[in-house]
Amino acid sequence: MMKTRLSLLAAAAGLFCAGAVGAIAQEAPPVKGGALNMIAQPEPPMLMVGLNTQGPTLYVGGQIYQSLLTYGTDLKPLPSLAKSWVVSDDGLTYTFTLQDNVKWHDGKPFSADDVVFTADKFLREAHPRWRLIATTYVDSITSPAPNQVVFKLKKPFSAFLHAFELSSFPIIPKHLYDGTDYRTNPANQTPIGTGPFKLKEWKRGSYIHLVRNEDYWKPGKPYLDELYFRIIPDSASRAVAFEKGTVDVLRGGDVEGFEVRRLIKLPEVENTTSGWENYAPLVFMQMNQRSMPFSDKRVRQAIMHAIDREFIVKNVFFGLGKVATGPFASTTLYYTPDVPAYPFDLPKAKKILADAGIKPADYTIRLMPLPYGAAWDRMSEYVKQQIEQLGFKVVIQGVDAGGWSQKLADFDFDLTFNFTYQYGDPALGVARHYLSNNIIKGTPYGNNQNYVNPKVDELFGLAAGAVSKDVAAKAYTEAQKIIVDEVALGWLYEMQNVTINRKKVKNLVRTGIGLNESMDEVWISK
Amino acid sequence: MPALLTLCRQGKILKTLDFLFQRFVKAILVVLGVVILNFVLIHMAPGDPASVLAGEAGAGDAKFIAQLRAQFGLDQPLYWQLWTYLKGVLTGDLGYSYRNQVPVMTLILDRLPATLLLTGCAFVFSLVLGILLGVIAAYRRGSIADSVVMTSALVFYATPLFWIALMSVLVFSLHLDWLPPFDMESIGANYTGWARVADIAHHLVLPTVTLGLFFTAVYTRLTRASMLEVMALDFVKTARAKGVPKAQIIRRHVLRNAILPVFTFASMQAGQLVGGAVLTETVFAWPGIGRLMFDALLQRDYPVLLGVFLVTAAVVVLVNLITDLLYRFVDPRIEAAS
Repeated sequence: MMKTRLSLLAAAAGLFCAGAVGAIAQEAPPVKGGALNMIAQPEPPMLMVGLNTQGPTLYVGGQIYQSLLTYGTDLKPLPSLAKSWVVSDDGLTYTFTLQDNVKWHDGKPFSADDVVFTADKFLREAHPRWRLIATTYVDSITSPAPNQVVFKLKKPFSAFLHAFELSSFPIIPKHLYDGTDYRTNPANQTPIGTGPFKLKEWKRGSYIHLVRNEDYWKPGKPYLDELYFRIIPDSASRAVAFEKGTVDVLRGGDVEGFEVRRLIKLPEVENTTSGWENYAPLVFMQMNQRSMPFSDKRVRQAIMHAIDREFIVKNVFFGLGKVATGPFASTTLYYTPDVPAYPFDLPKAKKILADAGIKPADYTIRLMPLPYGAAWDRMSEYVKQQIEQLGFKVVIQGVDAGGWSQKLADFDFDLTFNFTYQYGDPALGVARHYLSNNIIKGTPYGNNQNYVNPKVDELFGLAAGAVSKDVAAKAYTEAQKIIVDEVALGWLYEMQNVTINRKKVKNLVRTGIGLNESMDEVWISK
Repeated sequence: MPALLTLCRQGKILKTLDFLFQRFVKAILVVLGVVILNFVLIHMAPGDPASVLAGEAGAGDAKFIAQLRAQFGLDQPLYWQLWTYLKGVLTGDLGYSYRNQVPVMTLILDRLPATLLLTGCAFVFSLVLGILLGVIAAYRRGSIADSVVMTSALVFYATPLFWIALMSVLVFSLHLDWLPPFDMESIGANYTGWARVADIAHHLVLPTVTLGLFFTAVYTRLTRASMLEVMALDFVKTARAKGVPKAQIIRRHVLRNAILPVFTFASMQAGQLVGGAVLTETVFAWPGIGRLMFDALLQRDYPVLLGVFLVTAAVVVLVNLITDLLYRFVDPRIEAAS
């Protein structure tokens, strides 16, 4: 039972740390009341986070729905709807004890049945990421008591405790969804959660208005009366909205990089890059390895040397990032910087190609930009220019978002850009891009570049199934070295998202999921 | 004699009804053609809403994407999807939004009033101001007023809409703080009655002027050119020789003859106004269908896209129908010829 005690201690320590962080951050006692104005960009299609996990949906929906756990900026699990948890010594049984006196927004009591329904029925059908975990690892989900849920696994899964964040495991009310068509359920339009705020009104194209949940399970919380998420589609207008005081908070991506530099200098404004540790978005090039030239790892290595990634971060993304060293973001568990490096060195890139006997002029590369805006287009143009310096012919093929994911799913590309959320543990957000059993036609977000290395498959499998953290760390370190040496993907940079807010808004970013966290501790000083 | 007059009137009414019926049938056929053409074009584009939706759901395995395709009928042959859609349209059902999970009709009806308000105001603003400035420029041809009006018209004709929009926000909202920069009304103020009308009118100023300026320039130039052409005709000279006051000549004789090309152009502009509203609605966060259409396009939400196209086509056809009727009113010669 050593492990059990340790887990309980960890939970208690987590609670203590969260409290301590809160105490340090607060300059004065919290004040009740007030409205917080934010921006939901783009407008979410719905607020039901079980069916849609886009950023804005999580941002707004995170105030309505909750999960069992949340994660600190150090990625340690923290209590949310689960107040404590115990992991068995063999790593096969996870027992969660739920918070007391939790009610859904419609007044019905929340219980372990809701968690079992969510895990065993709703998310298995509607959530591809949870379905994969449940199918591969979960043997049974039961509720031995109204406030207790037990997950029994078929085999150990070292990342299991990291799979309970809001976007991966939002708890859904059984009494509204059981036995219905989840996608057309009217409750999707009037979301009912357990979170600190309830939906009051959604005027599509204009704003989403949430109000305080008076029956919230944390006594005396939340502090704020209401939240407004405004829909302002134009980036320049969003900057004006902040400058003019119409909104109090700008989330990463709300305004262009060059606006960030200007806005953070405004008086009574503060900013932070914290709050993205759990997602740690990492940008990479996907080189289709099904045919030459990218089937040859020396070409991929040469291209890594031909691209000045510092230049991309500084000049294309206005310094909002950090050059990536490999497949794991530096904040992700098991990250190691001890991998082969690819500094910008054009002569070396040319030499690698010459030594390999490759004639770049023989190849025309179709470069498909990620259609996410001007900065991404500029990056595509820069990469084209650099690859052409090696002698390759490069043709940019522009597509929209639908066309991009279709071509990626059909493996109909030579070179494209993409980014991935890491979800704290490599088994959740990273491995999917390197495992050979994840090369599936028709799937846009897997190993679409066709990277195959049985050793890497074995190491990822070993790490994911490890009960001991040391075993997992060793396997992941070795995997990173191989993957980086073989340039399975062309890692460019770790995205840095800046949250900008007025200083009067307190306790805004507290955990590794940042603004998706329930804002039950946020308050506005008078 | 009265019996003859009654017969003539009845004949006139019958003629008008016949005209209306013919135009109505043609209008329906045009809208139907637009629907079919749009349906085929949208489905020909690469990409699929299911894969976009799968991405939004956090990942996407092939099984999940196939499940979504089956759920939305995207796995059916194209002709069958078209037939199903047309059957729905004929019964007033524009389908269900893949992405928003609500009926398309609900989404469009939510957003259409805002667009109609904005484009209607911009239309009236540009038409009235454009004709007025065009008349002034023609009346005072060669004067400083003419030069100022025509130079301004040229500037606004040539300046991109989004630039005017952003500059007007910076000047009138951020620096002068006279006008609200975005939204259709003050969020959280909960105004009612006339206070709400005044609030909306206040919010309407910048987007209306921005959207209307380009068309004002067009109408100004068109009215001036048309007026000058008519002013050179013999009947105007005759009126002058008879000693009719100049203002009366302009109002009664010149403007009435010169206005027809402006009306023709205005009816053609109705569709462009809705198109232009996409940009204006984006910059001013105006909750209309322009933005709904743009989002649907990016997300491959076929039913929403088709629904918006259908409504837009119907509005354009309706405006053209009204213009045809107005022609007959403004220029009785057209009716006599028909």
